[in-house]
Amino acid sequence: MNHLPQAWGRPRDDVYGAYDGSYLQSHGPNQHTQQPIVTGTSVIALKFQDGVVIAADNLASYGSLARFTDVKRLRKFAGTSVVGFGGDVSDMQYLDRLLNSLDIEEAYSSSGHSLNAKNLHTYLSKVLYKRRSDFNPLWNQLLVAGLDDDKKPFLASADLLGTTFSAPSLATGFGAHLAQPLLRKVAPDEMAASKLSKEQALAAVKESMKVLFYRDARSLDKYSIAIITADGIDLKEDEKLENQSWAFADQIRGYGTQVN
Amino acid sequence: MEFGTSGMLNEDGIHVDMDRLKKGEVNLGTSIMAINFKDGVILGADSRTTTGAYIANRVTDKLTQVHDTIWCCRSGSAADTQAVADIVHYQLGMYDIQNGRRPTTQTAAAMFQELCYENKDRLSAGLIIAGWDERHGGQVYSIPLGGSLHKQSYAIGGSGSTYIYGYCDANWKEGMNEEEAVNFVKGALQEAIKWDGSSGGVIRMVVLTKKGANRHLYLPDTNYTVRHQ
Amino acid sequence: MTSIGTGYDLTNSVFSPDGRNFQVEYAVKAVENGGTSIGIRCKDGVVLAVEKVISSKLLKPGANKRIATIDRHMGAVSSGLVPDGRHFISRARDEASSWRKVYKTPITTADLASRMGGYLQAYTLYSSVRPFGITAIVGGWDSELELPVDGQVGSGPSIGAGGKVEGKKYGGPGLYMIEPSGLYWGYYGAATGKGRQTAKAELEKLDLAAGKLSLEDGVKEAARIIYVAHADNKDKEFELEMTWISNLEGPTKGRHEDVPREVLEEAERLAKKALEGDDDEEETKEDDKPAEEDKMEE
Repeated sequence: MNHLPQAWGRPRDDVYGAYDGSYLQSHGPNQHTQQPIVTGTSVIALKFQDGVVIAADNLASYGSLARFTDVKRLRKFAGTSVVGFGGDVSDMQYLDRLLNSLDIEEAYSSSGHSLNAKNLHTYLSKVLYKRRSDFNPLWNQLLVAGLDDDKKPFLASADLLGTTFSAPSLATGFGAHLAQPLLRKVAPDEMAASKLSKEQALAAVKESMKVLFYRDARSLDKYSIAIITADGIDLKEDEKLENQSWAFADQIRGYGTQVN
Repeated sequence: MEFGTSGMLNEDGIHVDMDRLKKGEVNLGTSIMAINFKDGVILGADSRTTTGAYIANRVTDKLTQVHDTIWCCRSGSAADTQAVADIVHYQLGMYDIQNGRRPTTQTAAAMFQELCYENKDRLSAGLIIAGWDERHGGQVYSIPLGGSLHKQSYAIGGSGSTYIYGYCDANWKEGMNEEEAVNFVKGALQEAIKWDGSSGGVIRMVVLTKKGANRHLYLPDTNYTVRHQ
Repeated sequence: MTSIGTGYDLTNSVFSPDGRNFQVEYAVKAVENGGTSIGIRCKDGVVLAVEKVISSKLLKPGANKRIATIDRHMGAVSSGLVPDGRHFISRARDEASSWRKVYKTPITTADLASRMGGYLQAYTLYSSVRPFGITAIVGGWDSELELPVDGQVGSGPSIGAGGKVEGKKYGGPGLYMIEPSGLYWGYYGAATGKGRQTAKAELEKLDLAAGKLSLEDGVKEAARIIYVAHADNKDKEFELEMTWISNLEGPTKGRHEDVPREVLEEAERLAKKALEGDDDEEETKEDDKPAEEDKMEE
């Protein structure tokens, strides 16, 4: 009799032949994160004449479950920039700490130079690209909002593949489908964005958040919104969607010919 | 290592805890929770452990001490969560000795998170950390599957929790006294046990205040009305 | 290799028959030759200041900083061998960042001092190394608020946590001085380097234990003390370098930063004025310094 653990509960060698131990080995490459678990949905942002407006709701979903309703997905960095995170929340927290340690290291030299949004975006995109090249991606889509080296409004995106993109308006996730067209209408190009007032930009972003709440099944009516200008960051983390339109439901009867 | 073929998180599937189990693994298909109240925190759990439909243990203790007044509720794989809790238990003991002061709940939460995040591809652990310390009072942290960390006023977890989101949201009050808080936890867990096949048995609780840790036990044959411990 | 009967000072980690470690004592000598460093623990912050002796006119004024940031809320300055000071800072930064990695919260000033004390002490134990030729002063502000976990999301009960023990205070200013032996203590006011005797005498006059000195006044006192301590070393030019860490409501919001130029210049102006005022009495006072701990040879 074979008393080795591999044989426990298995057919006897003398009757059925030797046990094929290769079944105990794992095959193929190392597997890392294959899917995000706790996730945030869209982030949207729009440039205007003095800076950038960026917004994201406060929900972290667990599949279809609206599990955490107080998750702040806009994170401030170096007092100069805001990063809006979509995708996996644990990876967001990892990146949050990584950027914080970067900020601390930056303060070692007392040159007074602090990282701007453009620097942060470059750094983040390289981290994301490195991780996807290791087949161990950080499962996020993010927007970086702030100012560039010339103190001009800066807005760019980076994602889990290391892809980067820049435009006068940007949106991740569902927002790319629903909000982006609305934002492009008010700022079709850089020129148009540079003429937008803060109020116009704010109104366009808030309107987009409303559309996203109407049509994104993983969204929430509580959201965070930040305005980044040369004067600093104005971040509000407990906003509620206003002026929603539902009353027209009163006019809807049946699904075709019904009148009552 | 092989995972179940249905391991993907479907758009409308929330039974992620079950799907992440390795083949033949013992499951804490569970109802766990921890809440903040006026004097500290209360942790609560059912006592059922299953392998498939078979109840491997009907009087499990899912409330695990990792320091004097820092405890956790475990859900997911029994083996994984025990291993993680054992490591943190050791680390917190060392922290106390090396720094000459008690670790805070935050310290414990940070340690749990590091383990759950860095090993997310190998673990199926859904944890709730709750603790009390002089400076911060009662604190509740939730660490769901991917290894993110969420500070909450109350946290629910495990397969049974999905049935009591409504109950908890409707009945939750901040700053409850101990009796109200115990009844809230008991009421919620009774519902979870009632509707979730993977939860059952007795209700265990631990009350954490400046007076230390105090255990409660409620049995199903007395309809969870009598406190037995 | 010279005098017979000695030799206990030729290698590190070896005791002399009367229980002394000469290499450590020589390291202290290196400290005593360095420019004066001081730290003051005020009620609402900490000031660090150093007398940076100018070794060459070809050095750029204001460059080559001697006070360094260890973490956002903490800084350190040292007297003695400057490269040893740099290595001390490098190690302190590593300790602070590894603490953050493990515990996801900033290291307290006390814990950092403890870690660095342990590090310096290890350099007295082996024949393959020499002790640090510096005495370092570490200052920091530990947050008085509840500590979050770095990167945490969510906020807990809107009415705050239940069961807190009221009436206790947490966090606040921290000031520690670490010597070549690895010895460290917490101080109200700390001084080291060439002018330490004078500086200590001045610090004692401030009655820092009462906890009444404000950070703003602390900056002025620090500047003055460096100027007074420099009076014994008049033939050499120096620059005053100062940093501070205030509480969360204060000017630096709990961060370790350079004292702003205007504040520094004002403090220097007042320091020079104060020095002119009592120039006559200071003149003779420190001439007969006690030959303290001059019993080095056997």
